[in-house]
Amino acid sequence: MIVADRKPIEEIIQQVEAHRNVLILGCNECVTVCEAGGKKEVGILASALRMYFINNGKDMRIDEITLERQCDHEYLEEIRDRIDRYDAVVSLACGVGVQFMAEKYLSKPVYPGVNTCFLGVTEKRGLWTERCQACGQCILANTAGICPISRCAKRILNGPCGGSTKGKCEVNKDLDCAWQLIVDRLKSLGRMDDYEKLFSIKDWSTDRAGGPRKVVREDVQI
Amino acid sequence: MTTQTPSKLEKILAAGHLAVTSEVGPPRGSNPKHIEEKGRLIKDYVDAINITDNQTSVTRMCSLAACIRLKLMGMEPVLQMVTRDRNRIALQSDILGAASFDIHNILCLSGDHQSFGDCPTGQNVHDIDSIQLIQTVRHMRDDGKFLGGADIDRPPRMFVGAAENPFADPFEIRVPRLAKKIAAGVEFIQTQCIFNLDKFELWVKLARERGLTEKVHILAGVTPLKSVGMARYMKNRVPGMDVPDDVIKRMAGTPKEKQPEEGLTICVETIERLKSLAGVHGFHVMAIEWEEKVSEIVKRAGLYPRPAVES
Repeated sequence: MIVADRKPIEEIIQQVEAHRNVLILGCNECVTVCEAGGKKEVGILASALRMYFINNGKDMRIDEITLERQCDHEYLEEIRDRIDRYDAVVSLACGVGVQFMAEKYLSKPVYPGVNTCFLGVTEKRGLWTERCQACGQCILANTAGICPISRCAKRILNGPCGGSTKGKCEVNKDLDCAWQLIVDRLKSLGRMDDYEKLFSIKDWSTDRAGGPRKVVREDVQI
Repeated sequence: MTTQTPSKLEKILAAGHLAVTSEVGPPRGSNPKHIEEKGRLIKDYVDAINITDNQTSVTRMCSLAACIRLKLMGMEPVLQMVTRDRNRIALQSDILGAASFDIHNILCLSGDHQSFGDCPTGQNVHDIDSIQLIQTVRHMRDDGKFLGGADIDRPPRMFVGAAENPFADPFEIRVPRLAKKIAAGVEFIQTQCIFNLDKFELWVKLARERGLTEKVHILAGVTPLKSVGMARYMKNRVPGMDVPDDVIKRMAGTPKEKQPEEGLTICVETIERLKSLAGVHGFHVMAIEWEEKVSEIVKRAGLYPRPAVES
């Protein structure tokens, strides 16, 4: 999923204080799972903002809506009949949702309410970690199912570097060395011979290096 | 033994001599005097001088410019190049720039992570890794071609090196990783500073058993400790550094004013012990901000005078 984290409320206050009618717009997908932008967080943020503006003597209307998704037309269309009631929207969706909202409602200011962080997993409640950088050409078949692009601080394809110590990365002792994980798993799979295969220079044109990307599937287009 | 390049370092190794290299860190500014003085200080005691490339990710004068300065003074530089800061266009371009000044040695590295340096909020590049940089230089040199496939007018003639850290984890892949570097085309290796001699000897033994020491020249990395504080810092703070407790104890048991002397003695003893180790073809003396001691280390270790080779 796309993992996001809540923005400091001070930053959101700064964004919205010039407005009078603000919609806090949540998303029922990834940001709900990572507890950054779902219905619950929409409620918490809206209450906090209301309290702040009441305490500061400002008349501010703050409404709450949470959509099924903000990355699909049909769900964003659900607010078309109500959008004109608001001067601005704080979207708690990931950066994808914020942008799709902005594209759809051209004259409406939209502010991000979360920081979009990475593609990752829930290791346990309250701990989400990165697994994928969407490079566009998956190499996991050759790295024992562990991605050095997203999990090695230097995205080294022929690792580990000389900074790997006791299974941890040189950048941070709390961070697993991706190549230690790869070697451990190659051993478990009985495939240590694969370690010595040289990884050739990667084609990054499918990564962000190639510019904004698109996937076109004519076979499923209507 | 035939040589592939005009590198003096390659010639010395090919002739079967124990090679000696050292390194100099460029200044945090544009004054060329520092690098020239450091070069002058060590040039008669070493066969080639590495110029570090923004080591520990702290911004400095570029390695290439500093190499050119030493080259113009008649010295033999080793261009250190990290993949952290340059993509494949910039790497190939800098290699050609170095080649245009007849710099004949390169050391291919990934580089310390930028979070250690003075620009921790900066991006890193890592378009290719250090092993792929080895492949790149060999491709440019041996095939005379760019990565993009076009011919290079006057290809670089560089003796290709890399670093290896026998003390990093997991230990079991440290020899296989050396094998990967050899398969990629590396010709000489400079190792991480050696304080744990037993572990280093085990690594060389395992490399020897696989026949790897016949395929690559290993230069053992040594660093004189200036103080017990430095020893502790290296043990605890420098990633991938293995300073055994007995070394710390020996430094700690020495009066403070005599610790620099003790550090030099440990360094000389390390060289003496490793000189006869089959598979070690030389030494890389990393006297960190202590270049004036390189001559003493080389002399005391019996590695002076340096052999002359035809250029």
